[in-house]
Amino acid sequence: MEMNGAQLIVKLLERQGIKIIWGIPGGATLPLYDALYQSPIRHILTRHEQGAGFMAQGMARTTGKAAVCTATSGPGATNLITALADAHLDSVPMVAITGQVPTALMGTDAFQEVDTYGLTLPVTKHNFLVKAAADLLTVIPEAFRIAESGRPGPVVVDVPKDVQTQKVRFGQWPEPGVPGPVRWRDNGVLERMAQMIRQSKRPMFYVGGGVVASGGADLLRSASQKNGIPVVSTLMGLGAMAYDDPLFLGMLGMHGTPVANLAMARADLIIALGIRFDDRVTGKMEAFCADAAVIHVDVDESEIGKIRNASLGVCGDAATVLTKILPRMDTFTREGWHGEIASLKSPTPAAAEIKNPFHPSGIIRYIGNRAPEDAIVATDVGQHQMWTAQAYPVRHPRSLLMSGGLGTMGFGVPVAMGAAFANPHKKIVCITGDGSFLMNLQELATLAEHELNITIVLMDNGHLGLVRQQQEMFYSNHVFASKFTRSPDFSAIAQGFGIRAWDAGINGSNRSAIDEALAFQGPSLVVVPIDGTTNVYPMVPPGASNLEMIQEA
Amino acid sequence: MYDTIVELTVRNHPGVMSQITGLFARRNFNLEGILCRPEGDGGLSRMRLMIYTDERTEQLVKQLSKLYDVISVSIRQDRGPSRYRQLFEECWD
Repeated sequence: MEMNGAQLIVKLLERQGIKIIWGIPGGATLPLYDALYQSPIRHILTRHEQGAGFMAQGMARTTGKAAVCTATSGPGATNLITALADAHLDSVPMVAITGQVPTALMGTDAFQEVDTYGLTLPVTKHNFLVKAAADLLTVIPEAFRIAESGRPGPVVVDVPKDVQTQKVRFGQWPEPGVPGPVRWRDNGVLERMAQMIRQSKRPMFYVGGGVVASGGADLLRSASQKNGIPVVSTLMGLGAMAYDDPLFLGMLGMHGTPVANLAMARADLIIALGIRFDDRVTGKMEAFCADAAVIHVDVDESEIGKIRNASLGVCGDAATVLTKILPRMDTFTREGWHGEIASLKSPTPAAAEIKNPFHPSGIIRYIGNRAPEDAIVATDVGQHQMWTAQAYPVRHPRSLLMSGGLGTMGFGVPVAMGAAFANPHKKIVCITGDGSFLMNLQELATLAEHELNITIVLMDNGHLGLVRQQQEMFYSNHVFASKFTRSPDFSAIAQGFGIRAWDAGINGSNRSAIDEALAFQGPSLVVVPIDGTTNVYPMVPPGASNLEMIQEA
Repeated sequence: MYDTIVELTVRNHPGVMSQITGLFARRNFNLEGILCRPEGDGGLSRMRLMIYTDERTEQLVKQLSKLYDVISVSIRQDRGPSRYRQLFEECWD
């Protein structure tokens, strides 16, 4: 067989099962686009490369499979970086193919030349700079294998223009890249783990994105029920347990439920599954579950002992370890421990807010109850995100999409779109804020073009609310650079893009607007003007112990 | 504080030094010296890194092991830092 490098890339993507890629063409990817012209792969032309990166993430986050985006050299590649860094911190599998200036011009400060290899190195799981077209036969399948193996992550393949046009002759196709086998060495750790659980009086499951990524949600519920072990979750773990499961105590950490933080402090054994002791979760580390033994299960061995020494480290993915430990776990009810936890559950202001129909939390719970049971919700970053984490009735893994690690404003709309491309029969709800919404606004053009079934709920408080909140609480109420003195007419903007818009009235008082927007088949926006001074509670001050929760103003 | 030699076998290509030193920079590990030379047909290289031992050495080894370009990592107890320093002195003559 003989073809050029660009055709080879496209054929290898087809063989990899890729049906759709997101990107923007440019000088250094014209050969690649000429090959795509002749391919059944659907190309979605976005309006900014960051949008392309986040749309690929939306597909990857809902399917667990590596999704593909592409950008040209120079500004195309730099525009992708935020989406790559975001995927890296949240362990999202993706493959980004970037064009590069011709090899002969590399290092000469050529037009649209940037050191993509150097720039993407710290924000990817791995990156390749391809020097010869024949290397693509190994690099492309390898990129998918790396992205999906073990702890998933983003991979960049940077391909100079002359490598795209270089002819390659080869005898046979390489096998598509598939995730490597799950690494597992027992070494008696399972028996030790079972023994620690058996001897524990007050065990807790502390679960994160690793449970969702490994497909371990059902196993977690079985283990929790069988041995009577309550569950708390990180932001990334939400959906692993249904929000109303009696054994689920909610999210822990900075904006977690009081009962989750209080119960963690009383536990004698923490079974940490697919988590990384993030500072927003633990608060002051020395005070976090100080007296508890820790079993830390993670597919990434470097996470074990990175922040907190584990009494027992178990290197394996959460689903595999749960499968193996379940038969070794006894059937327990642990009534004493559950009684103790029940005594920690007092009526909290945050719980009252969810029941208050005109508080943002109450509005979000209303939206969650009105949206179809299998709807997927994506958020942006800020107060609306925390209220969604606290109040949205999340029922299934991979149904809540949030920028956890990087905290990227502008994440919501393009990720919701990627989810819609990957799940064309489901309703997608994007909950955003007026700050975040403007950060990838240009993708409304792409959204209108493809008529995706997305309802954007814009909680408009006229502020960068989480910044304002911290200025109020910890910086002597020096509200500075966090209030917008003038806001655009968001409904008019949406309509300008050809998207139907509704106004839900102050604090969502006009519920029928929300209902109509949610019922609309196709892209819709509902603006919900909310009070500009409402804070997210509870809140653990940064660096404080999780027991120092501020409950209300 | 005691000096440690970390020995790596890595894929040999122009970006590999960035991969290794980038890890040290972004994870705030110390790196005091580097020796590197190609192995065999040049497809692989061997690197010896001199670091100060601290409580993060185990974490450093785990992070290095994760890099795609790193084939193997070991701590060389038998090659003390004095040999390393001696070699540096010879190179600088």
